[in-house]
Amino acid sequence: MLVPETLSTLPTGASGVVVALPAGNAALTRLREMGLVPGTRFTLVRRAPLGDPIEISLRGSLLSLRRSEAELIEITRG
Amino acid sequence: MAVLSETPLVYALVGNPNCGKSTLFNALTGLRQKVGNYPGVTVEKKVGECYSQHGRRMTLIDLPGSYSLNARSPDESVMRDVLLGRAPGTARPDRIVCVVDASNLERHLYLVTQIIELGVPVIVALNMVDLAVGKQLRLDVHRLSERLGVPVVPTQASIKKGLIDLKVAMSRDDLTPPHGLPDLLPVPVRGGLLRSRETLSQSGVVREGAPLLEPLYLLSSHDPTHYGISNEARSELQAVREQLEREVPGWEDRLVAARYDAIGALCEEVVRRPDAQQLSLTDRLDAILLHRVWGWTALLTVLTVIFTLIFKVAEAPMGWIEAVLSGGELWGREVGGLAGWVTGVMPDGDLRSLIIDGAIAGVAGVLVFLPQILILFFFIGLLEDTGYMARLAFMMDRLMGRVGLNGKSFLPILSSYACAVPGVMATRTIDSPKDRLITIMVAPLASCSARLPVYALLIPLLFPPALMPAWGKALILLGLYAMGTLGAFFFAWLFNRTVMKGVSTPLILELPTYKAPALAGIMRQMADRAWMFVRRAGTVILGLSIVLWAALTYPKSSDGDPSRQVENSFAGRLGRVMEPLVRPMGGDWRVAIGLIGAQGAREVFNSQLGVIYAVEAEAEDETPLRDRLRAEKHPDGRPVYSLPFCLGLLVYFVFAMQCLSTVAIVRRETGGWKWPLVQFAYMTGTGYLLAVLIYQLGTRLG
Repeated sequence: MLVPETLSTLPTGASGVVVALPAGNAALTRLREMGLVPGTRFTLVRRAPLGDPIEISLRGSLLSLRRSEAELIEITRG
Repeated sequence: MAVLSETPLVYALVGNPNCGKSTLFNALTGLRQKVGNYPGVTVEKKVGECYSQHGRRMTLIDLPGSYSLNARSPDESVMRDVLLGRAPGTARPDRIVCVVDASNLERHLYLVTQIIELGVPVIVALNMVDLAVGKQLRLDVHRLSERLGVPVVPTQASIKKGLIDLKVAMSRDDLTPPHGLPDLLPVPVRGGLLRSRETLSQSGVVREGAPLLEPLYLLSSHDPTHYGISNEARSELQAVREQLEREVPGWEDRLVAARYDAIGALCEEVVRRPDAQQLSLTDRLDAILLHRVWGWTALLTVLTVIFTLIFKVAEAPMGWIEAVLSGGELWGREVGGLAGWVTGVMPDGDLRSLIIDGAIAGVAGVLVFLPQILILFFFIGLLEDTGYMARLAFMMDRLMGRVGLNGKSFLPILSSYACAVPGVMATRTIDSPKDRLITIMVAPLASCSARLPVYALLIPLLFPPALMPAWGKALILLGLYAMGTLGAFFFAWLFNRTVMKGVSTPLILELPTYKAPALAGIMRQMADRAWMFVRRAGTVILGLSIVLWAALTYPKSSDGDPSRQVENSFAGRLGRVMEPLVRPMGGDWRVAIGLIGAQGAREVFNSQLGVIYAVEAEAEDETPLRDRLRAEKHPDGRPVYSLPFCLGLLVYFVFAMQCLSTVAIVRRETGGWKWPLVQFAYMTGTGYLLAVLIYQLGTRLG
């Protein structure tokens, strides 16, 4: 069994696939609407120079979100 | 070709932010456009006109860039309300042009899938095809059109490519509502929505035959304002929503996923990607501009250049405006300006004084800041348009997050160091209403350029000239700037913790592809906003300048002695009445008059003191104002402009809200008098308390 991992722990430059986002969180609904739905492949492009927020690339666009949201997003590496 | 006199066809132009929609709007309508405001919200309403191929008039509404009909910001609420025909004063559009970024099709098609469900004919403008070519993407336009069931027109608005094809499509009489993409709603949800639409249309919350998802969009949990929905309707909508959620838990999330599944399958069919991904220009630029070292270097360089230009470039036109209106040096010649001309043609008297000292001085007071404001708006537009603005927010978010703001608050606050007016207006890019309000509340604490003359007058008075090297003055100036900055952070933190405690809206920021700025569009936006400033602030300031003039002119003293005139005037009397308030901070009634004048605009303090003291000297006093102040004594012989008093006064100027333009703009941007009054109270209150504290402690400690 794979231990569930969150987006916030992924190292810079690594890629992953979204597994799950908790329901009922308005911020996460918007992230879903911007394409971060379960099954989506993404790459963690970089962290901001001060460590937060992070930048991911998905579906051909670049998106930035804070660590506090990234912590809620379950992913698998690869 | 006969021009038909029937009512114009109304088109709405929609699209995600950064899809080039406004450039397309400008290219389609040219100069035939009007900019206004939607009632009740601070969202720009842009409406333009163009003609169809058959000469029929078409009205185009350029709606704010939005990601979803599930609104999350005032901008998105406006798009939703207009498209659903719920915006007061705006007709429901007959047709919709949906602009998408061809190089970023997957993400941009999300909004398209929502739009084509509205039951209105839709045309998709596949914009920025050049970027798609640059990314080596091959798009099957025909197949895309077939699968969406709408006309798809490739365009490149920046060089007006594809506009004719788009106009041809827009001119078609036979456009029908889209028939593409299968119904994405889970079956039980569809049933539930059908039933609830029935109920809601009977009670008049939605019209008959409204889009099925309208109840969902109207009650978006991201948009706490629920603008324009009655309380009964809201509870009815809430009940519908809860029932659906009970029947099919998580259906909204499933719907989003279903849309992306459909989009993914569609893109498999219509988009051919290159075999090997290559590094784009954006990737390469970001590697530098978001770099740990080079990123900060670039940021500092950009900001330094902007601020140098604001102060250096604005200086000359500020001088011209001053000279043309009030007189002064214009291209090496001494001119009397408008004021001089009026002096020449009118006999001396109250009317002339009203025109020169009231009206012309008031207009000059507003217009003199116009160069700075224009330059700031230009650079804000440039940063937005190129895509660097989002990077600034990305870099600064951590710092701003410490006090409960987000990265997007950085630029508005920074702009306020030049002038709070464009700073407050720039907060429109902040989508979280709470963060936007806090940013507006604290931005005027940044020491703007109007405070500089006052700082420059008072700082040298702190210590005897012998004890005051130039670097000492610079250090004190820096300290005042730091004090304003820390004050802004402190109050942001405090507001966040107290008054505006509530759901924090997290930062979700798209980092758009870098692109060359559309200068014509930036210039137009700059002119629109500056004009709005002149109109809104100008009228208020003109009125108050005249009031201030009258307060200093009336009632007339019987013997016409100018020194008694000031003392005897309403302002003088008010100064006396206010003296008990000013005394705890160490001032007398003259200082009170100066502060009353400075209440409208800070830099007036200097000229006001000049008038008061020069008038009292009864003759042309050649000593500069500063020496005059230094010599000023209380009746008991202590100097008035002592160290504790001047220091307190400086701190008062750091914190107090003394700018009518800002008050007028804050009222405009927050939609009422509540927040400007709160702002006035907390800023001026803080300034006053600190000034009193410094003076009292300072005099007691000797």
